[in-house]
Amino acid sequence: MAKGVNPSSGTTRQPMPASVSIFKQRHYLISRVPAGPSDEDLAGLRDRLVREVGQHRSMGVIVDVTDLDVMDSFSARTLRDLALAIRLRGAETVIVGLQPEVAFSMVQLGLRLEGVQTALDLEEGIAYLDNKRVRQDSGAE
Amino acid sequence: MQNHRTDLTVATVGDIVAARQRGRDLALEVGFSSTDATLIATAISELARNIVLYAKSGTLSLEATIDGNRSGVVITARDKGPGIRDVQRALLGGYTTSGGLGLGLSGVRRIMDGIDVQSRVGKGTTVTARKWLHR
Repeated sequence: MAKGVNPSSGTTRQPMPASVSIFKQRHYLISRVPAGPSDEDLAGLRDRLVREVGQHRSMGVIVDVTDLDVMDSFSARTLRDLALAIRLRGAETVIVGLQPEVAFSMVQLGLRLEGVQTALDLEEGIAYLDNKRVRQDSGAE
Repeated sequence: MQNHRTDLTVATVGDIVAARQRGRDLALEVGFSSTDATLIATAISELARNIVLYAKSGTLSLEATIDGNRSGVVITARDKGPGIRDVQRALLGGYTTSGGLGLGLSGVRRIMDGIDVQSRVGKGTTVTARKWLHR
């Protein structure tokens, strides 16, 4: 993890599966999906990220799926919903770390993450978000 | 010839994760590549999810067949749920929803080498899907 990363304190009011950590790095929130995530893990992460974008006034969210072993219709739908909801709140989501086998199985299945930005890894994801901010600030978009 | 079969009860979303992890391990044991094992795990995940969503509970059987000539896995998903009215349409993708994310049986058909669906409305569904190791 880069310097200056602090784990987000659990500020939720209701009890929630707390298995996924969310880290704040500068203007971004970073989370890592665990291996074998349950439906609750994914739905819980989606809801927490959408909420915490507002609490931390984040401009971007990175969801690291390096450990995701299988992308099925539920996980794909949840990630897409996460990205769309976060965009509605004025921030951008990047999914990073999609493993080769998972990417290939998605192609075979005809699963499309439409409207969802992806990048190879955390570094590329942050570079993308930095770049997007620069373009926005300079009025190019 | 060696056969090994595991029967799993599927009723909760936790069972979906367990089933696909078992399936992935089994596929690797049979000798499938990591890529194919992921595909098989994904098919299992979809079939198990269909059981939980529509039938509330059912069984998922994972069978490994190791044969001198042909090795592979056979997945059988059985439930006593509402059944599928139009099996052909389900297999061809007629029931897919919103932007390629409603996978259903058509996705499983694409991943596996063969699929067979027996279903009666009001009685239940049995889906048998197999994948062979290609040497």
